[in-house]
Amino acid sequence: MEIKRKERLETDILIIGGGTAGCYAALTIAVESPECSVIIAEKANIKRSGCLAAGVNAINAYIVEGRKPEDYVDYANKDADGIVREDLLLTMSEGLNRVTAKMENLGLVILKDENGKYVARGNRNIKINGENIKPIMADAVKKLSNVTVINQVNITDYIIENNEIAGAYGFSIEEDNTDGNLSGVAYEIRAKKVLCATGGASGLYKPNNPGFSRHKMWYPPFNTGAGYAMGINAGAEMTTFEMRFIALRCKDTIAPTGTIAQGVGAKQVNALGENYEGKYGITTSQRVYGTVKENLEGRGPCYLRTEGISEAQDDSLKKAYLNMAPSQTLKWIESGKNPSEQNVEIEGTEPYVVGGHTASGYWVDTNRETTLHGLYAAGDVAGGCPQKYVTGAMVEGEIAAKAMVAAIQSENKTLSEKSADEFDKKVAEYDAILQNTTATYSIEQLEEAMQKVMDTYAGGIGNHYQFNESQLALAEEKILKIQELAENVKAEDMHELMFAYELKERLTVCLTLIAHLRARKETRWHSFAENLDYPEKSDEWLKYVNTKKENGKIEVIFRDLVKRGETYEHSNR
Amino acid sequence: MSIVIDKNICKSCGRCLSVCPGSLIKKDTENKAFIKYPKDCWGCTSCIKECPFDAISFYLGADIGGMGSKMTVKQRDHYLDWNIEKTDGTVETIVIDKKESNKY
Repeated sequence: MEIKRKERLETDILIIGGGTAGCYAALTIAVESPECSVIIAEKANIKRSGCLAAGVNAINAYIVEGRKPEDYVDYANKDADGIVREDLLLTMSEGLNRVTAKMENLGLVILKDENGKYVARGNRNIKINGENIKPIMADAVKKLSNVTVINQVNITDYIIENNEIAGAYGFSIEEDNTDGNLSGVAYEIRAKKVLCATGGASGLYKPNNPGFSRHKMWYPPFNTGAGYAMGINAGAEMTTFEMRFIALRCKDTIAPTGTIAQGVGAKQVNALGENYEGKYGITTSQRVYGTVKENLEGRGPCYLRTEGISEAQDDSLKKAYLNMAPSQTLKWIESGKNPSEQNVEIEGTEPYVVGGHTASGYWVDTNRETTLHGLYAAGDVAGGCPQKYVTGAMVEGEIAAKAMVAAIQSENKTLSEKSADEFDKKVAEYDAILQNTTATYSIEQLEEAMQKVMDTYAGGIGNHYQFNESQLALAEEKILKIQELAENVKAEDMHELMFAYELKERLTVCLTLIAHLRARKETRWHSFAENLDYPEKSDEWLKYVNTKKENGKIEVIFRDLVKRGETYEHSNR
Repeated sequence: MSIVIDKNICKSCGRCLSVCPGSLIKKDTENKAFIKYPKDCWGCTSCIKECPFDAISFYLGADIGGMGSKMTVKQRDHYLDWNIEKTDGTVETIVIDKKESNKY
């Protein structure tokens, strides 16, 4: 197969990734500046793409009555043990209720009490029916006349000219069949400003279920770190990759545990029935760490204690899971035992890099502009702002959208000249993979090799999330070798060409992750970054670990913490 | 974690192909939908909600405790009727009112 058609498109703003943040950015641009043209380049289809495919159980980031945005900043700061950007957290927190109101206007069902007020679930959450939250957003986006959605286009590289973003290259994952022969279509999309909203990275480590159900994982298996990789390769500064995210989930189905824990007040217990929550602490990483430790010390498996809940609670749980993780409801029914009759076994997932939960991602200024001029980042791909979840990703999309519109209006610039040469070079690179006849290893084999290396040497499940410097050095050495092999893979069709790029993206993310894990010489977050050479935390490490790839080498940059009330601007990019 | 598409019920409308967040569903030589990459399914069930003909069902892999039951879902006004058919032929139905919030 080869690429036969080359599409050249122009737009004011290109949004890469039509998930939560990307769609909300498009909705914002339509209000702020309806004359501004927008292209959303989406790898799948915006109707169900991204994190919200199956739905979401609750709005987990909301300022409930009696609380203020600063309280949310305090919570996220504490959970991340200080390594956060308070400027980003505060601007995010201030918008949470605004975007929630907009989603309700668009049709999201939110539970209200008799006085018309949202019903809180704990201190920061409100109850919703989130099964159709993504179709609601997608429908609203499709109605916008200034926005063109191009589904099933996989973006692989930024176009950078004169130290500024000028657009992106990619290809359609569907073949063109116009002349009776299947062929590929490549895209060059030129834009004045670009928003990267591609999500985080899954599939770096060997997963919980490595066989047939390998994609039954916490995070979308289709979020492969494309945005991180494109940024890393273009020399963007990244932050805090070492704060990996590991979710505590229901065993096998990898379904959420929070709904059970908060919904019916189920505590974490070991095989002896002892509640071990108090022993290790209750931050996100401590909950995972406690479960690992209990297992290591012979008191596993661990559970959420649901035995003894009422029949009505059983029913409510089964319904709640159908609205976000249907496999768990199916599992309860198949096992013939309701949660009231059997505690729910829990386990930690493989580690992910995901800026919506931890602080990993692009190093951005307060307006969410990255260190590449004109490139913005929002949602899971943007760093410094953990615990943003769904509504926080929307706010970031909104902040970035407003900043892009303002910049376009003030700069009044025209699109740069097209460079046919560069596009042709990119197409030749795609064609080389499509027509390769010398590949020894399949893409799948190399992906498995990568996941095994990360599992063994960079703190995966198999190593109880722990690592030391010798192991990380080996991880780097081995990933570099797999990266060489990945330069010689073959794709039979356009979908497989996407697989080839997903593998390359993940390898790029792995190397940056390893560099970050090596650079932070302390253990600030158990399990998330458990460095056995430096098992304690130290105040000396109250700083950001950032990296930037220059001339093929990953350079580490340490930066001072940005405090609340400060506005951060890039000064040395 | 994956799905099965009943070829005899599929009407080739293509809706499942476009909604899958992994673009994993393709058409075969008879123009019927099939899952080309069953191991790559996330289990989000978007396709079974999208299919107007109930041609798609969802099951748990044996490696995560699946016992062979099949799950389908039917849209009815603002309701989703989730049906779980066990291997002994019994069917359990759970009705979700889309206008109702989760209790938890």
